[in-house]
Amino acid sequence: MSQAKVKENDNKEIINCNNVNKWFGHHHVLKDVSLTVKKGEVLVILGPSGSGKSTFIRTINGLEEIQRGEITIDGISLSHDVKDIEAIRKETGMVFQQFNLFPHMTILKNITLAPIWVRKKPKADAEKTALELLERVGIPEQAHKYPGQLSGGQQQRVAIARALAMQPELMLFDEPTSALDPEMIKEVLDVMKELANSGMTMLVVTHEMGFAREVADRIVLFDEGEIIEQGTPEELFDNPKHERTKLFLSQIL
Amino acid sequence: MKTNMETGTNLPTSSPPKSTIGILGWLKQNLFNNWYNSILTILSVLVLYFALKGTLTWVFTTAQWDIVADNFRLFMVGQFPVEEIWRIWLALSLVSLLFGLSAGIWRGTNLHLSVVLMGIYLIHILASFTSVNTKMWLGINIAILVVSFFTGPRIPKHKVVTILGWFLAFPITIFLVNGFGVLPEVSTNLWGGLLLTLLISIIAIVFAFPIGILLALGRTSKLPIIRYFCIFFIEFVRGIPLITVLFMAMLLLPLFLPEGIEINNVLRVMVACTLFTSAYMAENVRGGLQSIPNGQYEAAKAIGLNPIQSMTFIIMPQALRAVIPAIVGQSISMFKDTSLVAIVGLADILGIAQAVKSNPDYLGRIMEAYLFVALAYWVIAYSMSYASRRLEKQLGVGER
Ligand SMILES: Nc1ncnc2c1ncn2[C@@H]1O[C@H](COP(=O)(O)OP(=O)(O)OP(=O)(O)O)[C@@H](O)[C@H]1O
Ligand SMILES: [Mg+2]
Repeated sequence: MSQAKVKENDNKEIINCNNVNKWFGHHHVLKDVSLTVKKGEVLVILGPSGSGKSTFIRTINGLEEIQRGEITIDGISLSHDVKDIEAIRKETGMVFQQFNLFPHMTILKNITLAPIWVRKKPKADAEKTALELLERVGIPEQAHKYPGQLSGGQQQRVAIARALAMQPELMLFDEPTSALDPEMIKEVLDVMKELANSGMTMLVVTHEMGFAREVADRIVLFDEGEIIEQGTPEELFDNPKHERTKLFLSQIL
Repeated sequence: MKTNMETGTNLPTSSPPKSTIGILGWLKQNLFNNWYNSILTILSVLVLYFALKGTLTWVFTTAQWDIVADNFRLFMVGQFPVEEIWRIWLALSLVSLLFGLSAGIWRGTNLHLSVVLMGIYLIHILASFTSVNTKMWLGINIAILVVSFFTGPRIPKHKVVTILGWFLAFPITIFLVNGFGVLPEVSTNLWGGLLLTLLISIIAIVFAFPIGILLALGRTSKLPIIRYFCIFFIEFVRGIPLITVLFMAMLLLPLFLPEGIEINNVLRVMVACTLFTSAYMAENVRGGLQSIPNGQYEAAKAIGLNPIQSMTFIIMPQALRAVIPAIVGQSISMFKDTSLVAIVGLADILGIAQAVKSNPDYLGRIMEAYLFVALAYWVIAYSMSYASRRLEKQLGVGER
């Protein structure tokens, strides 16, 4: 099914990273990372702790600056120009491990804020879309509550709805279920699966192997700031080539 | 366990059991629960008894309150010309109107404060020393409070109107008090008493707040010139006492200004107090900004907000909410510190107390005057802190 989806989108590249390098002080965190992602592809990023997964996906919407290399998102080159960064952020939704909802605003306000102020949508339109999105993530009745009144799983689904409200071309997930109690993980993963099936381009950092196997079109394995192996879930899980991949998989599976 | 629940009382299970200990039980539990608490309780009661006995006897028998009664107008408005006092009454009526409206619309704290205001008006109507004219104005104010309380919620767009009213009340008051040529001008050296105290503190608080926010933002600016200027200003002001700022404003400022330009004393003091408070406000706001987790900035960026939008909608509202107690504390402290302007020669309420005590008619009655001044400060400062505590609760400070 996902094969067909990729074809449909004409193999158009949406992310193109070329020899990306990033240092924190003297610590070389990303080393010549090159990666292209096609429209509609679901990419799962795996790797041990500290291998640079978060740093990498945060470079894609400009939350981390890179020192060398280039990143192009949907034709816009991510430079130091504020205009370009803001343009890319409009096209890119991000979901964080800690949800990062705005605690002083209702759920509805959380979701409509950016469409109203960044996309300049009329308030009524934005609210209508927001309610539809809440329906889609399964919590239509929570619109007028505050984030603090929701469970973790519900908050994370709101965070997904908030990102979707900007109608992004691309969604980034940084360990979206790691801060959740086990019984809430499934409800968030289900929303993500539905999103993947709808054809959204997704980059997902996660430790949920079941999700990776089932949903990913391609898996990318990071270690010490480098991509050491990539391929379909079958290739990677059943037939890993690299020693470090085998080691990593033996530790988590 | 199960049988207990089935055969037990038929109280609704949701309500907690009523406390049944009674007054004696409460006393035993809270004041006499062990031997040293019992001793402490008895000691405290004794101290309280003697302190109160002395004070109250003095207040009601020995003290001669004519120093306050005879000079009541001075204490309230200083030398403000009698024939123009209606302007102050008008300003006060506006305040009563707004309090009445707010109380009618929002109830809660607004209502409590309005009741206090009403109480103050009533006491002064009943007092023997107030003139007929004063009693009439006070009566009008009470009427305004009551009428606006009941009609407030029925006015169309009442919330917008009331909030707008509060914003306009301040410039209108300044206009009424000064006149600015439209009404006969009352020169600032005639402003005095509680009126002057309130004007200085309100100006200082109202202006220091936005300046403080700007300074706090400037302190985190990426531009070194702005950052260092803000740091220098904040740390300089915080390093010196208010009284030296006031002396500088009074003595040094004229030396720097070109010949012929005179800024009047009251305005100078207002500027000095504003700048002084703004440095502290800036530090409070900065504390609030630091309490905002980085994730909030990142989420704001990630959904595409620009830095100004992110500051306005996400960061600043949360930062300010977190430091309401500190900001109100700072405002109260500014309000009390205005008493220092008496030292540089202004006739605020404390200045008036000092002026009248030197009148030989009231020899040896300084205590009464100071006590009255202290009471006036306390009523206002306590109302402020009470309102802020309620506001904190309403906004759920500390709950995230
Ligand atoms: N802001 C920062 N300043 C300095 N070093 C950082 C910073 N953020 C991350 N690092 C370092 O960069 C390296 C990569 O971090 P990153 O968070 O990208 O790892 P990760 O693969 O996401 O790990 P995890 O699975 O634990 O989330 C780590 O060694 C980390 O200590
Ligand atoms: Mg990470």
